[in-house]
Amino acid sequence: MTTQPLQFVPGSEFKRRAAKVVADPFLKKSFRGAMDFLMAKRAAQFPDPELLERQRTLAEHIRRYSLARMPQLLEQLEANLVKNGVKVHWAENSDEANAIILGICRQHDAKLMVKGKSMVSEEVELNHAMDAAGIDALESDMGEYIVQLAGEKPSHIIMPAIHKTKQDIAKLFAEKVPGVAYTEDVDALIQVGRDVLRKKFMDADIGLSGVNFAVAETGSLCLVENEGNGRMCTTVPDVHIAITGIEKVVEKLEHVVPLYGLLTRSATGQAITTYFNVITGPRREGEKDGPREMHLVLVDNGRSQAYADEQLRQTLQCIRCGACMNHCPVYTRIGGHAYGTTYPGPIGKIVSPHMMGLAATHVLPGASTLCGACGEVCPVKIPIPDLLIRLREEATHDAKPGHAPLVGQGAGKTTFASLAFKGFAFLYSRPALYRTFVWAATRFRFLTPGKQAGWTDSRTPLKPAAKSLRDLLAERENRGS
Amino acid sequence: MQRNIPDGPRPTDIYFFATCLVDLFCPEAGMDAIQILEREGIRVHFPENQTCCGQPAYTSGYADEARLVAAKQLDLFPEDWPVVVPSGSCAGMMFHHYPKLFAEDPVRKAQADALSGRVFELTEFLLKVLKVQFKDAGQPTKVTLHTSCSARREMGTHLHARELLGQLSGVEVLMQSHESECCGFGGTFSVRQPEISAAMAGDKADALKKTGAEVFLSADGGCLMNINGTLEKRRDSFRGQHLASFIWERTGKNNGGQA
Repeated sequence: MTTQPLQFVPGSEFKRRAAKVVADPFLKKSFRGAMDFLMAKRAAQFPDPELLERQRTLAEHIRRYSLARMPQLLEQLEANLVKNGVKVHWAENSDEANAIILGICRQHDAKLMVKGKSMVSEEVELNHAMDAAGIDALESDMGEYIVQLAGEKPSHIIMPAIHKTKQDIAKLFAEKVPGVAYTEDVDALIQVGRDVLRKKFMDADIGLSGVNFAVAETGSLCLVENEGNGRMCTTVPDVHIAITGIEKVVEKLEHVVPLYGLLTRSATGQAITTYFNVITGPRREGEKDGPREMHLVLVDNGRSQAYADEQLRQTLQCIRCGACMNHCPVYTRIGGHAYGTTYPGPIGKIVSPHMMGLAATHVLPGASTLCGACGEVCPVKIPIPDLLIRLREEATHDAKPGHAPLVGQGAGKTTFASLAFKGFAFLYSRPALYRTFVWAATRFRFLTPGKQAGWTDSRTPLKPAAKSLRDLLAERENRGS
Repeated sequence: MQRNIPDGPRPTDIYFFATCLVDLFCPEAGMDAIQILEREGIRVHFPENQTCCGQPAYTSGYADEARLVAAKQLDLFPEDWPVVVPSGSCAGMMFHHYPKLFAEDPVRKAQADALSGRVFELTEFLLKVLKVQFKDAGQPTKVTLHTSCSARREMGTHLHARELLGQLSGVEVLMQSHESECCGFGGTFSVRQPEISAAMAGDKADALKKTGAEVFLSADGGCLMNINGTLEKRRDSFRGQHLASFIWERTGKNNGGQA
């Protein structure tokens, strides 16, 4: 199968695409239903708020502990992986990651790669690079398979095809999979995918997977999945390539347990996934299965920029559960594609600026009401609203003295906004002037414009009261109340 | 964030920080809040030099501008009295964000920390500090309640309004679907992303109206302006009222109130 061209879209398109989804009543109902379902599933897994709070605190501490030691842990991870017979590669950006993987494919004269679900492979646009080099890279996770067949990108990090209905998928399979008739029977549809993929696992030269946790102490890669396709990708083909972000490293196996428990509960409301793979090297002598060769590609791609700043580093605590998007009222309204980033929703708004630069993404941190639902459900307690505010500041200002500028620093600066807030500060830090303003605004309220940019599209104009609270209090004083 | 409210003698004096929205757009809510407090025997002080908590600049990423405005508010409250705010988001700004905003200024930081400890959202102050007992004086009615996200998640006070309303025997509080979801105001978000904001405000207005309540209540001026403006634009007669005004009216204004 030929990989469809990717639909990579820059963040500046955000507003237009968001408006389009918001105006579609069918999509609106479908997203709302899906997110309600996921929220209810998660809530059912956490009946005791105090216990949840303790678990989140523990998970937060494990992630902070791991990040604090990340450079040493990565070295330890590499040393132990090498000892286990795994080749370790370091990629500073997408191009390097793709070149490394392509190099391995070329060494094996590979024609077909089967892929388990990996958001980092989406982030570096691996499928696109493989397609350009004439290698079939086939997604084997059911959701990813659907998205790939449709020539789209995932709209959710856990449920990539959440934007598609049963009918969409029935139509897609009937059109794209040879010999398949239109059916809306979900079991039959899943069987179609299974039949296609089963054979491909046998034929594939390379199996590619992501990594949920990389354990430094043992040199193990942990992979969380439900479909078994991850296990197939990492055991059937002769060569297994794992790809992951550098922040996924933890020190010990016992650190994985609390994180795993929160990951599955937060993501899909499952107490545990169907499969949990701990991969500690390729096939050993005397073993009957497993890959003969194994690689790990560790990707930076902007993570070091977040790492360098104490506050922004908290972004890297993320274990990619997707609970923030499931609970986000903005994501629920616009879906994942509107963001134009690999990672949508609240986590996407805080991580994408490091990967793609603020020039392409400066709109995203601003596209939030700061309602705090994301931070409230985050299993590792990332203060997402605070990080959104921080990135709003970085997007509209030059770097502070002594701070290295972020990529695209100040890209969202506008003269209008900076003058408006200077005006705000001038007025509201001068009480006498403010009182005069309130006096004038109430007396001249008939001059209130009937059209107020953005606000009056869906609301009546904001109009000052005839008398301010100060006026009312002064009147009362005069009456001698 | 949960707050620790120490048990102590009932305060005799408080500062009232009205917020810029209440001052200019819904002054009657501020007046009603002051009158409720006074009826409880509290001397209410209104610092004349108060303006705005600085939140619009802070949440937009203009921390320097927010600091200029916030610093002026820090000087308004020389006595060690509680500061009562009739709006969850402004209270949240002073309680939760002021200490962070002044983290690098030792003098202001000390002031911000001290203030943070005595800032109360109105419903929290009435219920937890004054331990009010209201007596209902109105006809039976059904209402529904919208709690602002700041009140809920920064001040942890979302249950207080419900508990206060529970004291009013003739008031039935109906639950709306997606109760904890944001109304889509978000300050400058409402004009930066008008389409998404409108979708959220529309859904919230629908959910509140669908309860069949006669009125919806909120203790946050921003949410009220957003949802009421949306309803008015639709020419829908359903409206929201500030919780303080509702309580003041229900409890017979000056004539009673105490059980």
